[in-house]
Formats: sequence, C-alpha cells, structure tokens
Amino acid sequence: MQSLNSCRVKIVYLFNCEIKSYLLQLDNFAKYFTIRNGGLILVSVNLLIIIPFIAAALILFLQKRVSRIHIGWFVLLIPIILFIFLVRYIPNIANGATYLHTINWIPSYGINFSSYLDGLSLIFGLIITGIGALVIVYSIYYLNENESLKHFYCYLMLFMGAMLGVIFSDNIMVLYVFWELTSISSFLLIAFWFQRKRSREGAQKALLITVSGGFSMLAGFIMIGNITGSFSFREIIAIIPDFYDHTLFIPAMLLILLGAFTKSAQFPFHIWLPSAMEAPTPVSAYLHSATMVNAGLYLVARFTPVFGGEGLWFWLVTVVGLVTMFWGSFTAVRQTDLKALLAYSTISQLGMIMSMFGMGSAALNNGYSADSVVYTQATFAALFHLINHATFKSALFMVVGIIDHGVGTRDIRRLGGLATYMPITFTIAMIGSFSMAGLPPFNGFLSKEMFFTSVLNIREANIFSLEAWGTLLPVLAWVASVFTFIYCMIVVFKTFLGKYQEERLEHPAHEAPVGMLIAPIILAVLVIAIFFFPNVLGDYLIVPAMASIFPAFAAEADLGVTISAWHGFTPELIMTIGVVVVGTLLFISLKYWKRIYALLPESWSFDSLYNAVLETVETSSNKITNFYMTGYLRDYLVYIYLFFIIVVGGTLIYTGALNFDIAGNAPIDAIDWFIAITMVVGSIAIIFAKSRLTAILLNGVIGYGVALFFVLLRAPDLALTQTVVETVTTVLFLVAYYFLPDWQKENSSRKTKSVNLLISVLVGAIFVVVALAVQNEKLFESISGFFENSYELVGAKNIVNAILSDFRGFDTMLEVVVLLIAGIGVFTLIKLKARKGEEELENK
Amino acid sequence: METLITILAGVLVTVATYLLLSKSVIRVILGTAILSHAAHLMIMTMGGLKEGEVPLIGKDHGPYVDALPQALILTSIVIGFAVTALSLVLAYRTYQETGTDTLDELRGNKHE
Repeated sequence: MQSLNSCRVKIVYLFNCEIKSYLLQLDNFAKYFTIRNGGLILVSVNLLIIIPFIAAALILFLQKRVSRIHIGWFVLLIPIILFIFLVRYIPNIANGATYLHTINWIPSYGINFSSYLDGLSLIFGLIITGIGALVIVYSIYYLNENESLKHFYCYLMLFMGAMLGVIFSDNIMVLYVFWELTSISSFLLIAFWFQRKRSREGAQKALLITVSGGFSMLAGFIMIGNITGSFSFREIIAIIPDFYDHTLFIPAMLLILLGAFTKSAQFPFHIWLPSAMEAPTPVSAYLHSATMVNAGLYLVARFTPVFGGEGLWFWLVTVVGLVTMFWGSFTAVRQTDLKALLAYSTISQLGMIMSMFGMGSAALNNGYSADSVVYTQATFAALFHLINHATFKSALFMVVGIIDHGVGTRDIRRLGGLATYMPITFTIAMIGSFSMAGLPPFNGFLSKEMFFTSVLNIREANIFSLEAWGTLLPVLAWVASVFTFIYCMIVVFKTFLGKYQEERLEHPAHEAPVGMLIAPIILAVLVIAIFFFPNVLGDYLIVPAMASIFPAFAAEADLGVTISAWHGFTPELIMTIGVVVVGTLLFISLKYWKRIYALLPESWSFDSLYNAVLETVETSSNKITNFYMTGYLRDYLVYIYLFFIIVVGGTLIYTGALNFDIAGNAPIDAIDWFIAITMVVGSIAIIFAKSRLTAILLNGVIGYGVALFFVLLRAPDLALTQTVVETVTTVLFLVAYYFLPDWQKENSSRKTKSVNLLISVLVGAIFVVVALAVQNEKLFESISGFFENSYELVGAKNIVNAILSDFRGFDTMLEVVVLLIAGIGVFTLIKLKARKGEEELENK
Repeated sequence: METLITILAGVLVTVATYLLLSKSVIRVILGTAILSHAAHLMIMTMGGLKEGEVPLIGKDHGPYVDALPQALILTSIVIGFAVTALSLVLAYRTYQETGTDTLDELRGNKHE
C-alpha cells in the first residue's frame, strides 16, 4: 500500500511537470501574439515553415472538391500570404532586429526546431516565396488540366516548405532534415512526367549527386557539433574562434563544402542540373534557377563566419566558383537546346556568386580591421547578384517555356525570327538576356561591375599567397564573362531574330496567352526597377544580411555599398567594354571557331564520366558478388571455416592462451583406451568408406562408443538416451538410403580434397587446443552442489531428471516443442506435394 | 582422461568438418551427426570426469559427478536427433523432386 501511494504521488508529480512544461511552451507561443512596432505579428517563423506542408497535405483532397477551377489558384494563396508576412518583417530586420523562436523536438540531443530570421534568411525567404508565387501563376497557364495537377502542386508545396525550412533553421541538424526534403521533392518534380525515360534518369542523377553531397554535409555537421558541442548556428559562430586548431575543423569544412557544391551544381558536380531540365518548365524556373540551387550558396554564406578567413576555404570557394563560371559559360555556348543552354548559364552564374562569397571571406582573415572592409564588398555583390540572377533567370526559363508551348520545340537550330510573332516574349527575353550578359540598363550590369571590382580588389590582398596567383582570378573571370556574353546573344539572336522556319516548327508561332505572360513581365519589370533603384535593395535587404555574415564587422563599420551605375572610367568599366567588344566579335564569327568544341568529344564529358563510374560500380560489384557468391554450399562452408580459423586461431596465437596441463586429469583405464581408439579408427574410416552401409555402421560405432563412454563416465540417463537415439537414427539413415541413390565416390579434384583436408585438420586442431586451454582455466567452483539437494528441494532422487523437469524445466519444454516441430515438418514434407501448376511455376 | 576425450572429440570434429565439405547430401548429414557426438563428449568433459558417484541420491552420499552437463547433453541429444531426422526427410524429398542428391547440382539459378 505504501509503495502504491508513493507511486501515485510520483505520477501526479510527473504529470504536473508535463503540464508545467506545456504551459511554458504556451507562454513562449503567447509571446508571439504581441504587438510590435504597431504591427500585429501573429506568426512565428516556425509557422511559416509549417504552412506549406499543411497545404501539401490538403491539396491532395482538394481536386475532387473543385473540378471546375484550376487548383493552382488555391495554391497561389500560400506563397502570397507568406510573402506578405515576410515583407512585413523588412523594416524591423533593417533596423537590426532578429527573430528566434524555438519549438522543442529532441532537446536531449540539442536538436530543436529553432527558426531564426535575420537579414540573410530574409533575402532567400523573399526570393522563395515571391518567385514561388509567380511560378505558380505561370504554371496555372502552362500545365494542362489533364496533367496530374494535385501531385504537381503537392510536390511544389513540399519543396517550398522544405526550402523555407533550410533557410530559417537555426539548428544545423534540422537544416539537414529540410535539406534532404528539398532533394526528395526536387527528385519528385524532375520526374513529374515519369513515363519518360529521360525524366527518370535525370531525377535519379540529381538525387544521387545531391544526396551524396547531403550525406557528406551531415558528417560535417556532426563534426561541427562535436567540436563546439552545439548544433545552433548562432552559438557555433560565437564560439568557433576557440577551435580553429581543432583536428576536425578542416575535415568538417571540406565535407560541408562538398554538400554546398553538389547542391549548387558547382564544377565538377554540375552534371545533374542539365539533366534536370527534363522537368516541366515551371519547375526549372523555380527550383533550378532561383531556389534549390541557391541552397548551397546559402550554406556557404551562413558558414562564412565559421570557416571564413581560413585559406583553404577562400581558395576552394573562389577557385571552384570561377572554374564553374568559366566551364558553365564555355559549355553553354555549344548547346542547341534552349533549356540546356539556360541550365549551363545557371551553373555559370552560380559559380560567379560562389566565387564572390569566397572572395568576401578573405575579409575575415585577420579579424576586423578597417582595411579588410573593402573585401566584404565581394559578399555584398554576391548577395546582390543572387537576387538579380533569381529575377532574370526565372524570367528566361518562363520565356523558353512559352516558346516550347507555342511552337513545340526548344531546338535553337529550328527556331528563328520569332520576334515579329511574339513581341512581348521577345522583349522579356531581351531584358533577361542583356541583364545576364551584364549590359545597362539592367540589374545584371550592376552586379557584373561589382564582380569585376571584387576580383580586382582581391589582388591587392596580401594574404593566402595571392600576390603569386591573384592575377589569374580577374583573367578567368573576364574570359568567363566573354562566353557569358556570347550565349546571352545566342538566346536573343538565334531564337527571335534571323530566319523564320515555319516548316520546321510543330505549330505556327503566335504570342502566348496573357496569363502566361504575367509572371515574366513582373520579373522583367523588376530587372529594370532594380537597375534604377538598386540602393533600396542594398539598404533594406543586403546590409542586414551582411550583418549576419560578418557579425564582427557589423558593429565596427558600415558594410553598405552605395551601388551606382556610373563611377567614372575605372578598370572594371574598361573590362566590361572589353567583354562587349570581344564577345560581339566572337559571336559574329561563331560558326568559324565553333569547331573547337569538336576537340572535346562527348565521350570526354563529365556526364559520360559519371555514367562510366555508375556502370563500373555496378559491373564491378556484380563481378565481386558473383566471384564469391558461387551458389555452391561447399564454398560458403569454406568461408565460414576460414573465418573461424583466422579469428579463433588468430586470437589464440595473439593472446598466447595456449595452456596444456594433464596434471588434474582423471585416470584412464584400459577400456577407455580401447573405446577411444575404436572410435578414432571408425570415424576416420567413414571418410574412406566404399559403400553407404559401411559409413552408416561406422557412424553407429561412434554413437554407441559415445554411449559406452556415458556408461563409464557415470551418466546412466545419457547412456540410455544415446543408445535409443543412435538406434533410431541408424534406422532412419537406412530408411533414407532405401529412397536415395547409391553412394557415389567423391569425384572432387585433388586440390579440393586437399583444401578440405587442411581446413578439417585446422578446425579440429583449434578445437582441441581451445578445449584444453579452457579445461585448465577453472575460474570458480561449479554450481552443481546446489542441485545435489534435489531430494530436499524437489523430492527427486535422480539429480539429472530433477534438473530436466524442475530446476531447468523450461529447456525441456522447448526441447519437446523442437521435437514436435520436427515431427510436423517431417509429416508435411512427406505428405504435402506441390500441385501440378505450382511445379510448372517453379521450373520456369 | 579429459585430454584423451578432448583429442577424441577433436578427431570427430575433423572428420565431421571433412564430411560437411563434401558434395553429397547424405555425407553432410552424417557430418552433422558426428559433430553433435563431438559436442556431447566435450560438454561431458568440461564438467570434469570421474570425480564422484553416479548422480542418484540414496545409493551413496556423494560427492556425485556434475549433473548439470548431463542434463544439458540430454537436451542436446534430443534436439540433434530432431534436426537429423528432419534433414534426412528433407534430403529424401529433395531427391524425389529434383532427382539428385549432390549439392553441386542443387545449386540455384544464376539470378536467384
């Protein structure tokens, strides 16, 4: 009774604790229903992340209810609502506010849903929700009613929620969860038309590459967690300076970078992005130009305060970015498919942004000093170009979708002269392409100028042995920009100008429906607006984001850069003019020098390398498996015995547990010798037995020998059982022989036989040595003294039977069950025959 | 005595292993039977040999031989018998269905 009462008290106490913690949670929640700066902010950022997931679940039930209205209109509400909520945060964030809200998930591991809203995540959040809304508007007109719309929007919402989770998570483990969710939803979206083989292949490639990167990133996160003892970004950034010399610091950095590079399609992991172009165009416009591929950039930006200032980080991010930029633009020129061209251009632009983040990290080399502020401009330019790229690239993808929809092909060789038929589309394409090429009056011009400024600035930095290699960076950047210019011209001139070839198109060209044009027009207007009012963006969005990337600098200096279109005849302006002049010349003479692409045959591309690796892995694992999984029972037994010999024998030798002493042995009588020798001879004779009868009788000799030993060793019950069982077994063998074919001579090769013999002898020897060693290692007395009281305890005079039925009755019960099962098994084996049809199936 | 039995069991293990590695089903089953003999002898030996009287109370007042290994062996004998019986019937049925009792011919298809 006493214990029951105390138990009850305990339960009540625990229950109270639960209620208390819930009340605390509610209290935390209630704090969010407060009035801030006159605006009622009823939503915590966690809710922002959760809303799309709830929507994704609801969409699946929606389509049946509303068959007459395109469900895209309902889905459109969600990104618009989220966008409005995020916009309301802008003034507060610009004033330096940050929002943190935590919902406990696995507190004991330090893994919680903590969402953190600051300048950096706000930029990404606005891009995701804003472009998401536009893409949904576009997709309403782009996708047919007879497509599986509910799945499309469900995946899209899943993706949006996951992406918002990636950028708002303060906890790196939760970030990883959402990171993988973006990979999965991207996989689903790429293979949206799963009937097509190429969609499936593209989806598989994207999944393999991004998930491999994601895994390495997880490993890096775990290392970071081990180094700092925390999974929270803010805490990590605060305490990481004490751990720069930690052995895991560099490995963690490399692994996390690998994750970022694979997600952002950096060289040489860029190959999945062109293959992902099999997705519907809205997906390409959204995932593969503005959002998912920016996740890697976000990661690099987020981790800049952690790893920036490390030379390896600077070189890797910068050089990989520049190489990606060059390779992407160089490869884009040779593409004939518009979407593939845009995919490579995305790769190239992402490389450019990546390299700017790398150059910006140089500022952190020696902590804060007034001189290093100038290098942070690169990061500023990176964020600026990230926004610009999202605007014009999505617009371009939508344009390509319109062309594809209108004339039924995306092949540059079949297109041309569409400008007169599609004037609005042509205008949008021109704005987007010229912005991408870096021409005024479009926003791309501004970020390109800043890009050149940062590559020129970085040469001056006397760190990371830049004086030796620094000149290479501007050169590489300039060459890449020339190629960028060329492919931008291709998009405009080869598609919209030149000869109109109606006979090669599937439908005659016509302007797109108005609904399809809404989203690209808005984006094109943005492209121009940003050119004329860039500083609004700079002051309100980018400066607070810079504060998140350079927390140490933000307190000391103003990190803002006044963006201006005209700042005199500077080297970067001359570089831009050079790009335009050289690019134009090269574009005009394109058909003469295009032959250099033939020097790089298809079989040398990274794509074929990837395929070769996949094939090699598959074939070689097949080979390996087929090499040792032969299907012969003997081989498997050989493996098992070899393992036994190596492990047990090795341990014996290693530990030196050989111990042989016959001092404590019982005396041996003559009869013992006689039986033992008989059994040895009999057992060896089995191997050489010519007929099966001999073998079975010899087995009987061994069995009865054992029984005799039981007699001599004072075990009457055993002797009895052994005799009976041996007799029955012999009978069984004989019965089986009656049905089985004649005992054949073992026709194995001499080699097999000798291997068998060697293994058998080794196994026997190890067995004997271990047994002898064990016998002389009596650690404590036997417990059998207890069983000798069996008469007092259970009233049995036969100790063995008392053990079997009383002390250890469970064994006996289950042993009876074993016999029962064996009996049933024997019965069914004999009685039940496969029916005719099944037999035929088996033999197929 | 313990050493003698141990070596005897070792010989039995060697023979059993050799039989297990052979091609015909019946030899493999024989191998398992012999292996269980060896195991029983070893369990017996581990309890010590001839250190007392037969474990029956009343005839004399001990010390008795260790009764626990005997109980274990008794259980083991029965289980070994059940397994041997089942494998024998299995071999017989296999031969009926497939017409062979050599393990190499009983090998499955390549892609199983």
